[in-house]
Amino acid sequence: MAKKLTNVEQTSEKNENEIALRETEGLSQGQIILRRFLRHRAAMISLVALIFIILFAYSASGIHLGTKEDPISIPGWWHFGLTDIDPEGAIAATCNGGITGCPTLDVFPEFIDGTGMHIGQHPMGTDIIGTDYFALVTRGAEQSIMVMLIVGFLGVAIGTVIGAIAGFFGGIVDAVLMRLTDVFLVTPTIVIGAVIGFRFGNLGVVPLALMLGFFAWMGLARFVRTEFLTLREREFVDAARIAGASNRRIIFKHILPNAIGVIIVAGTLLMSGAILIETALSYLGFGVQAPDVSLGLLISRYQDSFSVSPWLFWWPGLFIISIALCINFIGDGLRDAFDPRQKRRISLKERLRGTESKAKA
Amino acid sequence: MFAYITRRLGMMLLIVFGASFMAYNLEAFSSNPLSIFGESTAKNKHYLMQQMIHRLHLDVPPPIRYFMWLRGVISGLWGQLNLGMTRDHVPVLDVIGNAVPTTFRLVIASTILAIVLGITIGMITAIRQYSRFDYVMTFISFLLFSLPVFWVAVLLKEYLAIGFNDFLVQPEIPLNVILMFAAIGGFIMGGITGGSRRRVLSVFAGVTIGLAMLLEYLSVTHWFVHPGLGIVGVGLLALVSAVIVTQISTGLDNRKSLAAAMIAASIVTVGYYPLQLLMKANAGALNVLLVFVVTLGLAGLAGYFVQNIDRRVNVRTAVITALLGTLPLILDRYMQEFGRYFSSDAVNRRPVPTLGQSNDLLSEKQLSNFWITGLDATMHLILPTLALTLISFAGYVRFSRGSLLEVLNMDYIRTARAKGLTERTVIVRHAMRNAMLPLTTILVNDFAGVIGGAIITERVFGWKGMGMLFNQSLTNYDLNLFMGVFMISAVLTVMANLVADLLFGVVDPRIRIRK
Repeated sequence: MAKKLTNVEQTSEKNENEIALRETEGLSQGQIILRRFLRHRAAMISLVALIFIILFAYSASGIHLGTKEDPISIPGWWHFGLTDIDPEGAIAATCNGGITGCPTLDVFPEFIDGTGMHIGQHPMGTDIIGTDYFALVTRGAEQSIMVMLIVGFLGVAIGTVIGAIAGFFGGIVDAVLMRLTDVFLVTPTIVIGAVIGFRFGNLGVVPLALMLGFFAWMGLARFVRTEFLTLREREFVDAARIAGASNRRIIFKHILPNAIGVIIVAGTLLMSGAILIETALSYLGFGVQAPDVSLGLLISRYQDSFSVSPWLFWWPGLFIISIALCINFIGDGLRDAFDPRQKRRISLKERLRGTESKAKA
Repeated sequence: MFAYITRRLGMMLLIVFGASFMAYNLEAFSSNPLSIFGESTAKNKHYLMQQMIHRLHLDVPPPIRYFMWLRGVISGLWGQLNLGMTRDHVPVLDVIGNAVPTTFRLVIASTILAIVLGITIGMITAIRQYSRFDYVMTFISFLLFSLPVFWVAVLLKEYLAIGFNDFLVQPEIPLNVILMFAAIGGFIMGGITGGSRRRVLSVFAGVTIGLAMLLEYLSVTHWFVHPGLGIVGVGLLALVSAVIVTQISTGLDNRKSLAAAMIAASIVTVGYYPLQLLMKANAGALNVLLVFVVTLGLAGLAGYFVQNIDRRVNVRTAVITALLGTLPLILDRYMQEFGRYFSSDAVNRRPVPTLGQSNDLLSEKQLSNFWITGLDATMHLILPTLALTLISFAGYVRFSRGSLLEVLNMDYIRTARAKGLTERTVIVRHAMRNAMLPLTTILVNDFAGVIGGAIITERVFGWKGMGMLFNQSLTNYDLNLFMGVFMISAVLTVMANLVADLLFGVVDPRIRIRK
């Protein structure tokens, strides 16, 4: 066995290439990337978890859009609203020597703590006057996800267009657009966000997210520009131009598909940044305003009661972290999938199998 | 070069002009300073409103008012900078002048800590790619990446500060906690060492046992209530830094270099008692500087005379060792004051504060000298620094890991290995230096992002810096104050960009700045 191992070591690099080549034989670039992504375990777990969180939050509290006077809402399956108060329920859930409103969720089955698994009336507890926390947290998560998606979408759209135009045309167009980007970059995002949030926070979460999105495209534009600067010098662009393709066609049909990896990865970074910015703004009081809630607002509202009712602090934090963590892992998986130099780690077993099959042949 | 810088400076002015114009109008249109009179019942309400309109020129439309404000800024060119008045009729310049040092103190310590720790760990994970250590650190850095800073801050306050203060009442660590910390330390050191499984396991066991014994010793002697390093601790730490510095800079095989580092370490150790004379209670910052001059100077001399050839390398090794060795010496001096600080009425045996930037009671009680003031400032810095470091360190880990991995795949690394160079030389000389190049850009830019990071941290920990001024300016509709904070942040950012570009041209000879 020992001798065989050293043999494997010696030929490992060659084998790795062979194994990698055999796996990608006859597949298109898109299929290869998809396969690489599906194989990234952390990213797949995160993707499933994120979809679950989104469905959970949106179905629990329902979808509420529109303004105060003209609401569009679809009710969710959770039986408490944001403003419903249930003092009896809070008193019923007393624990730890008289603290009201403890979480009634119990995930341990009977043989561990003797009480059995149950969800109860207030799975995430209540605050001091008996507002159901489950309703608040799911609503907050819904808001944060909404901000994340809108900011991500707008940022990617604007950033891609500006970066593409600057990178493709170069010269004076590039100079003007990049100086414009610098002007926006000079201001820290949280400063712009605070000014916007202070003004638009009380209008609800969608206008706030839209405004934030208009000021979140700069990093992405820089990435896309650099990518376009190198891609436009490639032969296939010359070929397309000689074949008579218009600028628009070259940008969208020839260069953009090649830059999509950079865009997607930067987009996920933008989204995880967006959720943190939104929660930070709401925490400072410049984001979503009461009576509506967001995860950051909940933390800021209840941080002083940490020593008495710590769950009021833990739940929104856990949601923020789970969402941001999922997005970051998905981004990591996508980056690995799009990176052509990325070599998959070939396990010893596969290497051995590789040499065996070669020996047979 | 001169023409390049001039052109860049001109561009910078344009960018700052554009950004400030945008920010001014955005803020002016989104706020109404007169709204505070909305609920006022004062008899002279109308008069007060008129007075404010007159004073802040609220009757002028914002785009034009911007240029009135800009005139004051431009006067800065001939030394009469005027950023206008706050709403309470105090010059903005005075208010900001007091806040800037506070913010910098808050941010600089954490930035340096995050950079040093982040780059070190990032590079180790890259060298040990796909190891268990790599996976754990990757997960941790992703986790830290996803944490909101205000959330971490509340947790730190609750568990670290209050928990540690409670612990100091009876400073004995339970055995299971000791074992847990020791095992974590063992895992980290085991993950860093490469090689055979046996070697990793023996390092793990050695570090775990050593750490457990150290912690038990600290616990039994109640070290946390009267901390100190003593000549033994300082000597040991100096010895460790001598070995590490030599290993990284020349390799332990270079005996002369090792000797230079060892001499430097012994200079620090032997100088322990004589140098205490320099660091008396009435000392100042100058004395600390003098201590460094003495130890570094002697170490440099030793490095110079230890061998005729390769003098530069030996001097460098000795001086860096002495620098790292003198830090514990200074630390020990601060620790000597800890007992007095700890049991004073102002501190009342709860040394880790959760709020504020200094303890004003100390100076009232005539307790402050240079060391106590420094200790107090450090104690107040611990929590915010830790919070900011935890958040920003993850980015450096990811970036330096990616950067080093990219470099390690280059052809010249293969060439270096093929030439038969040692792995140390390949990694330190060939790979690390090139991996650091792209890092210079983000390092400089991060220093510029200070205000953004400070806004939330200052709020959570109750510091009175620029972040607090910013919050205040928004809630009070204080346009001039807002612009003051904004201008500092904007100018810092563009300056940092310029410095990053110039620095990049210096450290990377392939990049030539266009004339």
